[in-house]
Amino acid sequence: MMPLLVSIAIKHLLARKRQSVVSLMGVVLGVAFFLAISTMMLGSEADFIRRLVDNTPHIIISDEYRNPHPQPVETAFPTGAVEIRSVKPETETRGIRGFNRILDYLCGLPDLKASPALAGQAVVSFAGKDVAISLSGVLPAELASVSTIQSYMTDGAITDLIANPDGIIVGSELMRVLSLHLGENITVAASTGQIHTFKILGVFHTGRASYDESQTFVALKRVQSLLGRSNRVNSIIIKLADPYAARDMAARIEAHIGYKALSWQEASEDIMSTLMIRNIIMYSVVSAVLIVAAFGIYNIISTVVMEKQRDIAILKSIGFHAVDIEWIFVTQGVLLGLVGCATGLPLGIVLMLILESFKFRVPGSSDPISLPLDWGWYQFAIAALFAFLAATLAALLPARKAAHVQPVDIIRGAS
Amino acid sequence: MAIVLRSEHLTRKLAGDVPVTLVEDISLEVREGEFLAIIGPSGSGKSSLLYLLGLLDRPTEGRLWLNEVETSGYGEDELADIRLAHLGFVFQAHFLLPEFQALENVMLPMQRLRRLSPGETEARAQKLLADLGLAEQARKYPHQMSGGQSQRVAIARALANDPKIILADEPTGNLDTKSSGVVQQILKNLAHTQGRAVIAVTHDPGFAALADRTLKVVDGRLSA
Repeated sequence: MMPLLVSIAIKHLLARKRQSVVSLMGVVLGVAFFLAISTMMLGSEADFIRRLVDNTPHIIISDEYRNPHPQPVETAFPTGAVEIRSVKPETETRGIRGFNRILDYLCGLPDLKASPALAGQAVVSFAGKDVAISLSGVLPAELASVSTIQSYMTDGAITDLIANPDGIIVGSELMRVLSLHLGENITVAASTGQIHTFKILGVFHTGRASYDESQTFVALKRVQSLLGRSNRVNSIIIKLADPYAARDMAARIEAHIGYKALSWQEASEDIMSTLMIRNIIMYSVVSAVLIVAAFGIYNIISTVVMEKQRDIAILKSIGFHAVDIEWIFVTQGVLLGLVGCATGLPLGIVLMLILESFKFRVPGSSDPISLPLDWGWYQFAIAALFAFLAATLAALLPARKAAHVQPVDIIRGAS
Repeated sequence: MAIVLRSEHLTRKLAGDVPVTLVEDISLEVREGEFLAIIGPSGSGKSSLLYLLGLLDRPTEGRLWLNEVETSGYGEDELADIRLAHLGFVFQAHFLLPEFQALENVMLPMQRLRRLSPGETEARAQKLLADLGLAEQARKYPHQMSGGQSQRVAIARALANDPKIILADEPTGNLDTKSSGVVQQILKNLAHTQGRAVIAVTHDPGFAALADRTLKVVDGRLSA
C-alpha cells in the first residue's frame, strides 16, 4: 500500500521537476547554512570559553570573606535589639590563615590541583624609569599544573625558578619598555620599602599587553619576605579536571573553609549570559532560513494539490480513502525533507571545510588565525530534524485539503 | 437473475440559499447481466442519479441496497471500500492519471485492494488491456493515446477488481463515431457476455437503443 502511495507522490514531484528542485534547494541551503553558521558560532563560543577557562584559574580562593563575620553579641542575642556602631576589625597581617591546612584539605578532593600564591605590588627601577609591576610569588614546581603560563614562555621556563630562587620571570612588554635582555638583573622595590635584585630567567608573551607589561613571577618565599608577610599567601589557584564542575566545587570549598572561593563561571557571569543571548539570536536567524524553506515546500505542495484535483477525485472514486490521499501529499513533503537533508548535510560539511581552510590576519597581530569551528553530531541532528519537521508540517496543510476533496464536485465540473 | 442494485425513493437535495433538488424519489432495480441506459435532457439529474447509485454521493432521503446490503449507515471509508471491490466507473473524460502508463493505471485499483500478488496484478492488467485490443498500448502514457484508446483503458481500469456493477457517465461523449461504436459494443458485452450490470448515462439515442432497458429522467424524476 505505502509503496503505491510513495510511487504516486514521487511521480507528482517529478512531473514538476523545476519547482520541486527550487523548493528542494530551499531545504538544502537552509540545512547547509544552519550547519555552517552554527558551527562557527559554537566554535567561537567554545574557543572563547577555552581561552577563558585555560587562562584563568577555575577557582580562586582569596583572602576575603564573602560576608563579614557576625559580631558575637548579635549571635548571642539573635532576637534582641542590638546595634553596634563603628566596628573596627583588629589589624592583622593580611592573607589566608592556615593555608597549609586548606591545601591539605584541597589535596584530598578528587580531580583537583591547587597551588598557593602571594601577589603584591612592586616597582621596577631601571635606567631612570619606574614601572609598577604585580609580583606573584608562586611555587614553580606546582604552577605548571594550575596555569597555562608555561605555554606562553618564549625564553626559559617557570621551573628555572627552582634552581635559582633569586630569579624572575617577566613579560615581553616589560622587556621591551625597559630594554632588558635575558640574564640581566633588575631591582624591585616592594611597598614595604624592601629592595631585592632579581635575575631575568625567562620571558613570556601572552598577547595581552597590560599583562605582558605588569605581570611577573618569582619564588613564593622571596615575595613573602619582600612583603613582610612570611608564611602567608593571599590566594590559592585551583584547576579542575572538569572546568564545568567549578561552580559546585567552589561552593563546596567555600562552605568548608570560609574564605571566598570564586569559580570562573561566577567571575565571568556577564560573558556567559552574553554567549547565551548570542546563541538564541543565532538559532532564531538560522531557523528562519528553514522556515522560509518550509514555505517553499508548502507552496509547491499546494500547487500540486490544486493541479491534481482531478487525480484526487479519480483516486477517491476508485476507492482510495481520504487518509491515502493525505499520505500521498505528506509523503511529498517528507521526500523533499529527506532529500533536502541528504543533500544539505554534505553541502554543510563542504561549507565547513571551506570555512576551516580560511586563514587571515587580525590587524596588529603577527600570527595568522583560522576560524574556530566546532563540529558536533547534535548540530547535524538538530538541522536534520528541524528541516524534516518543517517540510512535513508544511506538507500537512495542503495534504489535509486534498484529503477532503469530494470526487463528485470535481467529476461534475469536468464532465 | 439476482438483483444487484436497488433503490427506494432516492432523493438528493442541495441545501443553500436557493435549495436545489437534483434527484427526487427514484426507485429502481438493476439485475445481473442487465444493460440499463439512463437518458434525459442536459441538467435533468441523470448524472447525479448515477453518482448516488455509485456511492460517490449520499442521498438526502431514500435508501439504496447493493447486493441486498443497505448502504445508508456506512462511513466514507466503508463506501470507498465498496466502490473499490464492487463498482467500476467510466466517465466522459477518461480520467487516467497522466503520470502513469496505461498498464499502471489499470493496476492501481488492484494495488489498492491487494487481493492479488504483484505478479498476478500485472498479468491481469495485461489481459484486461489485451481483451480490449490495447496490448500494444500497455506501456504508453495517456497523452500518447487517442481518445478512444484512453476510454478503453479507463474501461479496463473499471474492470480491474472484477466488479459486478459498471457505472458509465456519458462514456462516449467525447469520442468520434467509430471509437464510440467500439466503446458501446464493449459495454454491451460486459453485460451480455460477462454477466455484469451496466448502467450508462447517455444522451446518444443510438447508444440507448442498444440497452435492454431505458430509464428517462426529467427534472430529477423518472418519467415514463
